[in-house]
Amino acid sequence: MPRLLEVRGLEAFYGSTQALFGLDFGLAIGAITALLGANGAGKTTTLRAISQMVTVSGSIVFDGEELVGKPTETVARRGIAHVPEGRGTFVALTVEENLRLGAITRRDLPAVAADMQRMYERFPRLGVRRHQQAGTLSGGEQQMLAIARALMLRPRLLLLDEPSFGLAPRIVAEIFQIMRQINREDRVSMLLVEQNAQSALDISHEAYLLETGRTVRSGPSKDIRLDEKVRRTYLGM
Amino acid sequence: MEALLHQIFAGLASGSIYASIGLALVMIYRSTHHLNFAQGEMATFSTFIAWWLIEGGWPYWGVFVFTVAVSFAGGVLLQRLVLRPLEKAPVLTNVIVFIGLLVIFNALSGWLFDYTIKAFRSPFPRDAFYASRFLSAHEVGAMVVMLCVLAALYLFFRFSSLGLAMRAAAQNPESARLVGIRVSWMLAIGWGLAAAIGAVAGMMVAPIVFLDPGMMAGILLYGFASALLGGIDNPWGAVVGGLIVGVLENLLGAYIIGTELKLTVALLLIVAILTLKPDGLFGRTTVSRV
Repeated sequence: MPRLLEVRGLEAFYGSTQALFGLDFGLAIGAITALLGANGAGKTTTLRAISQMVTVSGSIVFDGEELVGKPTETVARRGIAHVPEGRGTFVALTVEENLRLGAITRRDLPAVAADMQRMYERFPRLGVRRHQQAGTLSGGEQQMLAIARALMLRPRLLLLDEPSFGLAPRIVAEIFQIMRQINREDRVSMLLVEQNAQSALDISHEAYLLETGRTVRSGPSKDIRLDEKVRRTYLGM
Repeated sequence: MEALLHQIFAGLASGSIYASIGLALVMIYRSTHHLNFAQGEMATFSTFIAWWLIEGGWPYWGVFVFTVAVSFAGGVLLQRLVLRPLEKAPVLTNVIVFIGLLVIFNALSGWLFDYTIKAFRSPFPRDAFYASRFLSAHEVGAMVVMLCVLAALYLFFRFSSLGLAMRAAAQNPESARLVGIRVSWMLAIGWGLAAAIGAVAGMMVAPIVFLDPGMMAGILLYGFASALLGGIDNPWGAVVGGLIVGVLENLLGAYIIGTELKLTVALLLIVAILTLKPDGLFGRTTVSRV
């Protein structure tokens, strides 16, 4: 199976503190891949490492191109959209301006306008609030805005950092439903970081289990779900 | 009554100059949270370039456009060469660099163009139809020019993609990088705009106060007071603040404290705002739900 992203021997540092210790993993084209693990296992750091927001060593090859050492904005311009921890909303700007920013590097303006319309259809509540300051949106709406903003880049890979964080179960189900739909219809590959292992394994094709900056299990999600350790520690069964 | 009106109008005229210097300060403050102490001297230096070209026989408006363009490029270059290496440096380092720039630009103006006071031409004919009892042609013209600058900035930030990217970079640099914005370049363009606005202000004020290397020292203080009064991160606040400071300074100078103590008004205002209402009149309050 061809690999969209290939990570080899990835180490990441916050100052002198090492957070990842030689991670190896790959992402299949068109798949949803989940990164599971406890707090502090290095899930968020892995996403930040891909976007070059932390000091990294090792190799991250995206579609044949090495990303290590490139600035964050270049990684984005190569087609990797990152929905960060805390959603990264431009709170003082309007919903519409947030979406325009998602596509700020694109030059195909008519297509951008069409994409914006599609986002309003996919997330009707954003359409209603398009001229409202983004900071006044509810948590669930802000998460939808963050995903919509990321999609405006027309990314080939979407990095999602805990999209369920702090949201009501009903909203989480709605957001996961939309993610599945985006993956299927727009063929956007996704790397999903989740505390909520159950939902993450439901939606993903492949999963990696992280412990203190290393991968300890990997495989198709349906197999990981049956793993004794995963069941006990993360699914509470 | 007529004298009072005259003072108010004159205050609005000088206020529009303070407003634009305040605006230049806000432009850099919004994206870097630093106050550029060298803003005034940079504007003076730009004005000297304009004076030199006018003396060389260039047409006024050609010089005007050229000076604004050169100042923009100079501002961008300054950020790239001097301030970019300091992006992660502590505040004090930046303050020292700004003071250094102030001294350098002041000395450069004096060294290249000497310290004698020079008359600077106004592009607005003295007997133009818009001249009145209350405002000279130059005062009216300067106000109109400042309004045009404001309108252009408003349109740029409100409607252009580059303006949007600059606002995003100022508000949330990390998210801005994640959507692919080259944040460091946005800061450089901000410096360029600030330098360009300063150049316009310099060329508009020089016919009134005459041109010499220390021309902007007092005006920079009024600019600080304007920016603070309006709320230091609010461009429109800086404009309103500038007009208020201009009128206040003129009225107090004419009727209460006398012209010699006018500059004290700016200093008092700065201290009063910082201690009593640090957010100014229109400081930003962002509503945020989490």
